[in-house]
Amino acid sequence: MSVEMLRAMVLIREFDLLAIELRKQKRVHGVVHPYVGEEAVAVGVCSTLRRTDRITSTHRGHGHCIAKGADINRMMAELFGRVDGYCKGKGGSMHIADFAIGMLGANGIVAGGLPIACGAALAAQLDGQGAVTACFFGDGATGEGEFHESLNISALWKLPVIFVCENNQYGAENAVESVRTVAAIESHAAAYGMPGVAVDGNDVLAVRDAAQAAVERARRGEGPTLLHCRTFRWLFHAMRDAPPPETRPTDVIAAWQARDRDAIARLEDHLIGQGVLTPGALASMRDEVRRDLEAAVAFAEASPYPDPNDLLVDMFAE
Amino acid sequence: MREITFMQALDEAMLEEMARDERVITFATRRASALEQKFGDRRVRFTPISESAFTGIGLGAAGSGYRPVVHWGMVTFSFVAMDQIVNQASKIRYMFGGQADFPVTYRCTTGGGAQIAAQHSQSPYSMFMHLAGLKIVLPSTPADAKGLLKASIRDNNPVVVFECSRLMGMTGPVPDRDEIVPLGVADVKRAGTDVTVVGLAYYVGEALAVAKALEPEGISVEVIDPRTLVPLDVETIRASVRKTGRLVVVDEAPATCSAASEIIALVTEDPATFRALKAPAQRVCAAPVPVPFSPPLEKAALPDQARIVAAIRRVLRADAR
Repeated sequence: MSVEMLRAMVLIREFDLLAIELRKQKRVHGVVHPYVGEEAVAVGVCSTLRRTDRITSTHRGHGHCIAKGADINRMMAELFGRVDGYCKGKGGSMHIADFAIGMLGANGIVAGGLPIACGAALAAQLDGQGAVTACFFGDGATGEGEFHESLNISALWKLPVIFVCENNQYGAENAVESVRTVAAIESHAAAYGMPGVAVDGNDVLAVRDAAQAAVERARRGEGPTLLHCRTFRWLFHAMRDAPPPETRPTDVIAAWQARDRDAIARLEDHLIGQGVLTPGALASMRDEVRRDLEAAVAFAEASPYPDPNDLLVDMFAE
Repeated sequence: MREITFMQALDEAMLEEMARDERVITFATRRASALEQKFGDRRVRFTPISESAFTGIGLGAAGSGYRPVVHWGMVTFSFVAMDQIVNQASKIRYMFGGQADFPVTYRCTTGGGAQIAAQHSQSPYSMFMHLAGLKIVLPSTPADAKGLLKASIRDNNPVVVFECSRLMGMTGPVPDRDEIVPLGVADVKRAGTDVTVVGLAYYVGEALAVAKALEPEGISVEVIDPRTLVPLDVETIRASVRKTGRLVVVDEAPATCSAASEIIALVTEDPATFRALKAPAQRVCAAPVPVPFSPPLEKAALPDQARIVAAIRRVLRADAR
């Protein structure tokens, strides 16, 4: 399991680093919001989920897709705007979804996914099969009404939902302490009568343990949990033609990128230290990820652009 | 056929659809006691006053296999949930490439004339038409209310049903059988030859009253109710205008960017219908003000029969000049 989690984190990081290069080369379109540095949150939480469980995501959603088991070929084709992309090229980076695996969509609106996650959790509650919904959102979402409404109603109805706050320390360019008085985001949980748990979001095993407890509670019908995962966005908020200039303090960035805080390096060191993984096996894992990503780019580039005659297709269901 | 009120017709539609399909669930900020007694508090829920949350919950449950009917109360309150309506519900199917259906119905009351002032007297259907991804339903009779609500619940898309407050006590014949009124089919409520009057909601009845009043003068008015604004049965309206050569559209929303404007644009964009016009089309709409409270002011702000008659006389005079 730990090796699989490491592989998923490496894949997420390499996918986004590649997406940035592809965007610089104008081969993919639109905006890229890299998840680099935050991989342990998506992977730790999704490692506790089943295929029939659901997630909602954010504008920074590539990591959530991969962690939930999405096909990187179809993700890449979507970034390329091609017809074999998950949304047939209609959504792009900010709107990737895969309903077949319970990935109910990235979302360009901060906190927009929380009510939808509660709706999916209500459906799961009515189905009575023990499925849960994990709802990813950033620290910025805690300023939105949708966050507070969703916490209240889900606690009231004991919905099987896990609210996963990815506190990456910055809402776009604004430091979290400049928009909130209380650093302990998990403390909101008490006001709504649910457990609130803070966890080192760069320790995938800690995230996994915290998520496991929340998921089991939700499956038992005891209602939602708020997880506060402290992590850090290594790179910029968003890029179009070129990465924007860095505005955050250099020492803060360096501290978070140090080997003892980088989620991937920490798990690598742990697994090698435990003898679970050898340096050779790690190198071949990284090669395999690189080859998979090259194949994804080839898949995307081989896929045609959508036919403009299909512009109106998918508007309304029959 | 037995006669019941507009409100009873809507209640019947809910009872029948919830009995017919156990995937139909409903929530509102008010308790729906009759439904709750029959179907239980798992399927019939009352919610905190959290419009964003329960609007999105309806959407999320719809994308996960259910058919939620979400009652906003007055349409006014839907504005609190604009992210879920505008950014999510209206776009979710298309932007994800059609990989899932979202069969959610949003119900709300609409319209003025009840002296409840600016915020609670709005008729904003054209705002929702503009979003492109929502179906928009606007019944004018008890039978249509029942049949259209049933069709909306069975539709596999987000549908907004606007229920005119002034019509709630209106009685009329309503089938007690399982009859739906399909979305996208206008109804010619009265046939005529001289002028086409398209009415919306309350103003369908007002247009019919005007048509009856003008009959002794030899003026033959055709009254059309589109019944749904998305999809809009423009061909029925165009065919009527090609016959009469004159068009008046009556609605209690202000004219700017209104359903009335859209209907007139769609009619005049069609070359054959444009050539058949004998007079400029007329809108009879609300004044461009927030609906005022005091009865004489409110009356002045909203369309009435005298203004409909005046518009009909204008289009009849226009071709005499």
